Amino acid sequence: MSAPALPGAVGPAGATTTAVRPARVVEARDVADGVRRVVLEHAPGRPAEPGAHLQLVVHVDGPGGRRREVRSYSVVDASPDGTRSAISVLLTPTSRGGGRYVHSLSAGDDVECSAPLQGFPLRLGAGRYHLVAGGIGITALVAMARHLAARGADVVLDHVVRTRSRAAYADDLAALLGDRYRLHVDDEHGAFDVGALLDEVAAADGDGEGAVPGGAEAYVCGPIRLMDAVRRGWEARGLPASTLRFETFGSSGWYAPQPFTACIPEIGLRTTVGPDTTLLEALQRAGADLMYDCRKGECGLCRIDVASVRGVLDHRDVFLSRRQQEAGTSMCVCVSRVAALPAAQGGDGQPAELVLRLP
Amino acid sequence: MTDVQAEPLAAPGQVNAKIFPFPLNAWYVAAWDHEVTSKKPLARTVAGQPMALYRTADGRPVALADACWHRLAPLSMGKLVGRDGIQCPYHGLQYNSAGRCTKMPAQETVNPSALVTSYPVEQRYRYVWVWPGDPLLADPASIPDMHQMDSPEWAGDGLTIEAPCNYQLVLDNLMDLTHEEFVHHSSIGQEELSESDFTTRREADGSVTVTRWIRDVTPPPFWLKNIRDRFPGFEGRVDRWQIIHYYAPSTICIDVGVAPTGTGAPEGDRSQGVNGYVMNTITPETERSSHYFWAFMRNYRLDSQLITTQLREGVHGVFGEDEAMLAAQQRAIDANPGKEFYSLNIDAGGMWVRRILDEMLRAEGRA
Ligand code: FES
Ligand code: FES
Ligand SMILES: [Fe+2]
Repeated sequence: MSAPALPGAVGPAGATTTAVRPARVVEARDVADGVRRVVLEHAPGRPAEPGAHLQLVVHVDGPGGRRREVRSYSVVDASPDGTRSAISVLLTPTSRGGGRYVHSLSAGDDVECSAPLQGFPLRLGAGRYHLVAGGIGITALVAMARHLAARGADVVLDHVVRTRSRAAYADDLAALLGDRYRLHVDDEHGAFDVGALLDEVAAADGDGEGAVPGGAEAYVCGPIRLMDAVRRGWEARGLPASTLRFETFGSSGWYAPQPFTACIPEIGLRTTVGPDTTLLEALQRAGADLMYDCRKGECGLCRIDVASVRGVLDHRDVFLSRRQQEAGTSMCVCVSRVAALPAAQGGDGQPAELVLRLP
Repeated sequence: MTDVQAEPLAAPGQVNAKIFPFPLNAWYVAAWDHEVTSKKPLARTVAGQPMALYRTADGRPVALADACWHRLAPLSMGKLVGRDGIQCPYHGLQYNSAGRCTKMPAQETVNPSALVTSYPVEQRYRYVWVWPGDPLLADPASIPDMHQMDSPEWAGDGLTIEAPCNYQLVLDNLMDLTHEEFVHHSSIGQEELSESDFTTRREADGSVTVTRWIRDVTPPPFWLKNIRDRFPGFEGRVDRWQIIHYYAPSTICIDVGVAPTGTGAPEGDRSQGVNGYVMNTITPETERSSHYFWAFMRNYRLDSQLITTQLREGVHGVFGEDEAMLAAQQRAIDANPGKEFYSLNIDAGGMWVRRILDEMLRAEGRA
């Protein structure tokens, strides 16, 4: 499996449309290797629903000095009175700075965050729920598992990690779900068998009409390879597209993020996109005035035509169909990137370069 | 000396509220079965939640939130598509009966978070019931017993009243029938109603029963007609009964009838009389409006459509008097924000209803 998804994929603080409010860290501790749980205390509001995330203002060191940026993190749990929300964040070597910031927090620190936002709603009433988490993707599913278990719903949670020490919340989930929590450790059990899981889903779906009451639904959050394997298998088994749900955050790709050059010749724009910024951010900062909304690869508003590319397009969105992604003539710049072609595939070691065309 | 420890009395909560909130974890009637079709959607607000109701091609009723995920246009203005779907009237997004978006025009994929709420639905007793609250708590076994509505042993029909008042005012009205003497004096009212004793009890199954026998009286016009339908030319005095059954949150089935005095009706032999059931189920629409579904069912002369129609129209007239009173009461409540409700002995039934609703609201964390 590739690197776990790192939730957090939005632009500079000024670009967000969501109001942030002051909050205080009341608890900060490691809950797994490299995973820090931070509990924020803030003004009361509606407690986060399962699937909700919040936006946190993070302070990131960059070329221009310290910047305020916004990152989205799933709410792992929230107090019923809506005054406390917990997030959990993985620190990776490729972190765009948000992870480092969150890992530097300790109890008593002042921060700023938004109210909970819903982007991954849980539909109640299905006959069977399959939750599938890859790595830190578990943070988007913990609250769903609790919500469903509390209501006696039929729920199975598969949690895929590379090493056992990285399995955040494993003990809590095992206590909650018993043998319906299935931890797969690649180092110990070998690669996770997506096909076997999907056969199980197809069997649970009964009449193959997952859309009707009693059918099965799946909620997946994890690295793009896992999500893609699930999506392909889902289609291959003829399961209805409407019952497979995934949280994207768009921050995990087929290739590790690496610097590349982006140009828009008609406005004379040429800029370098660092591994820790998005293409959209870099283009905006270099003076392009682009349309976008979701910034997680769902709405398609940021889609731009690709004139040429040296290297390979690393599509990280879910807006473009596979056909459109393979055509390679456009991309969603909020999440997608370019990578140099690996030497094994005939790459010449030159850094990647992307030429875009405005409409 | 006894050793019993007195439980402290529960805090009064909102039992005396003038505008009573409605529980969400409950089955409410959204429509008569014939109103929900596979031809076009029906817009109806239940417990403050606008819904679009329709049937799939195989006849299953569906209730979706009546606001498109995209820009909130009402789906009820759209059209039904495919086997179980609906298309937004504005930009054509399509949803299946589970509320999942299945088609977004002008793109090859569907945004994975696009959905509208799909409410649990059950069709029973000639009604389409919906559950506006937490769907995982929706147990069809908790739909109140209204079997007279479609039992072969009963016949009758009913209508819907759009009552411009809080739903609890309708429940109050039905739990105490002494108002008949004053509101319905030309049809079912009679003086002896408020003079006769009644009992009120909360049953083991959680329902509430108010029982009133009015013995040895002249039947009022409505009941004289009914007993003559069954026993032409009937003359004389009757024992009359009103046994009110309340099922939470808002269904009231009233066992009513008369039998000639001395034929043993109070002791259980109703064979010489006539028996009807007034079926009422009240669905809060907003805090100040209610859909009031009612029917009058009888267990004699089952094959007479004439009697069915006469009874439906007769009760419609009687209930029109209630509707006018409830509307006026709601206006007076709103015009007197500083004044409270006070209770009388006759309110026992209504007060049990209020306590039970208060318990339901507390269970939802809304008290
Ligand atoms: S902004 Fe929505 S897909 Fe990029
Ligand atoms: S509002 Fe429904 S499709 Fe746009
Ligand atoms: Fe009345």
